[in-house]
Amino acid sequence: MELFKQTNFDFLRYKWPFIFASLVLSAAGILSLIVKGGPRLGIEFKGGMLMTATFAPDKPIDQIVGQVRGALDKALPAPPSVQNLNSQNGLNEIEIGTDGSDDATLSRNRQIVVDTLAKLYGQPNSTKLDLNNTGVSALADRLRIPLQTAGVQMSDPQVNQLAAAILAERDRRHGLLTNFDELKSVPGLTPQAMKVLNQECYLAPYTANRDIQIVGPKVGSDLRTQAIEATLLALAGMLVYIWFRFEWIYGVGAVLAVFHDTIITIGIFSILNQEITLTVIAALLTLVGYSMNDTIVIFDRIRENLNLNRREKLVDVINRSVNQTLSRTVMTSGLTFIAVLALFLFGGPVLHGFSLALVIGIIIGTYSSVFVASPIVLMWHDWADKRRKPEPVAPAVSATPRVGGPKAATGKGSVKVSR
Amino acid sequence: MQRQLMIKTVVIVATVLICIFGIIGFPTSVSQMEANMQQRIHLGLDLKGGSHLVLQVQVQDAAKTQADQTMESLREETRTRNIIVGGMDRNDPQTPEETDSIQINIHGVDAAKTPQFRNLIAERYPDWTLTPVNATDYRMNMKPTALIDLKRNTVEQSVEVINKRVNALGLTEPTIQPYGDPVTRSQILVELPGEDDPAHVKGVIGETAQLKIVEVKNEGPWKSKEEALGAKGGILPLNTEVLEYVSAVNGGGWYLVNRTPVITGQDMRNARMSNDPDHPGRWETNFNLSQDGARKFERFTSANIGNRLAVVLDNQIRSVATIESTISDSGRINGLASQEEASDLALVLRTGALPAGIKYDQERTVGPSLGVDSIRNGLYSGVAGLIAVILIMLIYYKKAGINAVLALLLNTVLLIAALAYFGATLTLPGIAGIILTVGMAVDSNVLIFERIREELRAGKTIPAAVDAGFGKAWWTIVDTHVTTIVSCLFLFLFGTGPVRGFAVTLVIGLCANVFTAVWVSRTIFDWELSGRKQVTALSI
Repeated sequence: MELFKQTNFDFLRYKWPFIFASLVLSAAGILSLIVKGGPRLGIEFKGGMLMTATFAPDKPIDQIVGQVRGALDKALPAPPSVQNLNSQNGLNEIEIGTDGSDDATLSRNRQIVVDTLAKLYGQPNSTKLDLNNTGVSALADRLRIPLQTAGVQMSDPQVNQLAAAILAERDRRHGLLTNFDELKSVPGLTPQAMKVLNQECYLAPYTANRDIQIVGPKVGSDLRTQAIEATLLALAGMLVYIWFRFEWIYGVGAVLAVFHDTIITIGIFSILNQEITLTVIAALLTLVGYSMNDTIVIFDRIRENLNLNRREKLVDVINRSVNQTLSRTVMTSGLTFIAVLALFLFGGPVLHGFSLALVIGIIIGTYSSVFVASPIVLMWHDWADKRRKPEPVAPAVSATPRVGGPKAATGKGSVKVSR
Repeated sequence: MQRQLMIKTVVIVATVLICIFGIIGFPTSVSQMEANMQQRIHLGLDLKGGSHLVLQVQVQDAAKTQADQTMESLREETRTRNIIVGGMDRNDPQTPEETDSIQINIHGVDAAKTPQFRNLIAERYPDWTLTPVNATDYRMNMKPTALIDLKRNTVEQSVEVINKRVNALGLTEPTIQPYGDPVTRSQILVELPGEDDPAHVKGVIGETAQLKIVEVKNEGPWKSKEEALGAKGGILPLNTEVLEYVSAVNGGGWYLVNRTPVITGQDMRNARMSNDPDHPGRWETNFNLSQDGARKFERFTSANIGNRLAVVLDNQIRSVATIESTISDSGRINGLASQEEASDLALVLRTGALPAGIKYDQERTVGPSLGVDSIRNGLYSGVAGLIAVILIMLIYYKKAGINAVLALLLNTVLLIAALAYFGATLTLPGIAGIILTVGMAVDSNVLIFERIREELRAGKTIPAAVDAGFGKAWWTIVDTHVTTIVSCLFLFLFGTGPVRGFAVTLVIGLCANVFTAVWVSRTIFDWELSGRKQVTALSI
């Protein structure tokens, strides 16, 4: 099965429409960035406190968002951000974010949020332990003496093991137990032990232990600078390598193409209101490498063809090279795209930004290798050639002969027809 | 040719076996295989659950302590040498970045004794540079080498103390190490796998435990700091300060105490908690003293019978007691509200004081349930991606596609085995890296196969076409791999934890790919072409 046996598209003929499309996309992205005051930064770059609270699937999540926001507005010094995470794993998850100028404030805010959630949905006045928001050592400590009193003979390590097994079962259910019956299959949980569990613990309808992040403001700004430095250095490194393997203008073409990809991806992230997190930067740096790959494969072919056919015009060589590598380009991009698509669809909320960046980036990266990198090389060479020879070399002569005029009479007797 | 092929095949099979062993060992059952895997493949915190803390050591505190000690010593020295000095003070850097600006100001030095003074500083205080401000005033600044040493030592000491404290809590496999260069960053990384409530740990880590016992002046207590200052006419006597006593059992109050401690945390040994005999239901922490400390304490208590002393922890009075008789070897802090508080205090006293304060720059707690979900998601998407890629390769390249699939599977196995052998940590972005490796690795195969197709179309014989395909594609493969590895290098230098995991898996995957896509794939082709009869068509 072959999709592209011997294609002959004149890619470079249509370079202007595509360059125009690139400019429009880039402009749209940059405009969005300007209007929204910059990209939406993840917590590692911005600083602050971020907590994920997971609720049972049958709760009305929008109502919860409203309630939590209302309560926190009063309890916190600055208004928090509360939003529905829409993570597609079948859970109701909200994300609560607060700002803070130093770690003491942020830690305090975290405690306020935890307490507010307990007040709204938990049983803060109960003496029982909340099983959905506790850890192994706290549970073990809580159960030790009541188990003994109830006559359940268990050594200390056995109690620890039981606590760990109970919580492992809870964690298999996304960290949220809705009913004590769900623990039936836990090894070592005899009916007596279960009774003790029931009397010592209760199940809050939410868990806030899944993901908590606190980042001081100074760390955030340091990281921002580092991210930009790393990206620029990576681009510079590529430029040097390609300069070394090809000509400098190829390096410039490749780097401009990759730069264009990065700008458009960030722009689209801005338009879609997606966060730029640390993993998104990782995706962008990977994209830099990947887009370079594509471009290099075409450049390699161009170099090979130039060596074979020294008399052919550059525009024809480039066209032919692109056509020859078309099969490979489509296959590789297609396959890498499918791998990344699998990540995007099934990889879960944590990798969402990462996979989105790659999905967008691979499409744009493939497109830029053909329609941005190569035209730049061509345009430079054309311009350099024109500078060297002020008069055109051999004018394209049309099929119908001209009447009169000295040029038509003289000439070399051969007619060059350009495609 | 046949022999060479056999050797190559043996090498490949051996590699596969070594890799599989590296991942699952010699299991005798499915559950043992799972256990082996869990042991060999090191999971990151985002997959296992746990807490990740980045602390910043407030090295300016250590600089200030050093300056204070230098000033004390200088006072003694100038007194013994009869050099009259008007007064000394130091500035107050507030952040680690301002540490280098630490400065001692000395004014009113007897101008006649200038040469002796300068000699004194040069001899006894080589870490400081003396700069005259005018005929009688000077300033001292720490030399750059001394500052570098101070910062490095402070961070390393902090790591040691925190290590002892965290280990004493009995947590599983904590990691405590400097984060970045100790001189420029003064940060410490603490990783606590499985710990989902870092508040308790933070409490234990963060206490500087600057513990001291001081003499309480015979006045007060007052109800507030302002009252205390007012009673002394707005100016405190030399070498005293006003500290607060917060007590759960008695009233509190502000006391006037001596600044210079009688004994400090360094002199304490062997702290432990017990029930408080004086306050039933409460707890206390007892400590013993070293020989040196016992001597000092004996001298002090015998000279101050009837006076009071205070135990000060982190600039807060924890207990006040009247000295009834000479005490020489032990002390207690009583009236603590809970067993945990008493045992934490004992722990903190036992492991020694932190040389400087701690601020938390960053904190991430991932619940184990999120880790379980992440692993599940990673596996699903990995399997989905792998199956899709395999199907497409088989459909598009027919039998040659099998070569690619085998090479791809071997690549993945090699990658996971390398992670196990190097003890590298697998994070969620690392799993994404594995999936991405699958997508990118297949590129090498595509390059080679497309080239072979081209050569066949150009009329070459099958063996020649295969040869030319591999040969011409080789340099392109090298180029593409080098560029991605370069960008991963930058990612590794810039990134932290999970992101580094991603860079590492991608780099290992690409390196393994050069082996599998070229060497292994070629060997399989060679097998196909090595039969006695001439191969007439290549399924590609």
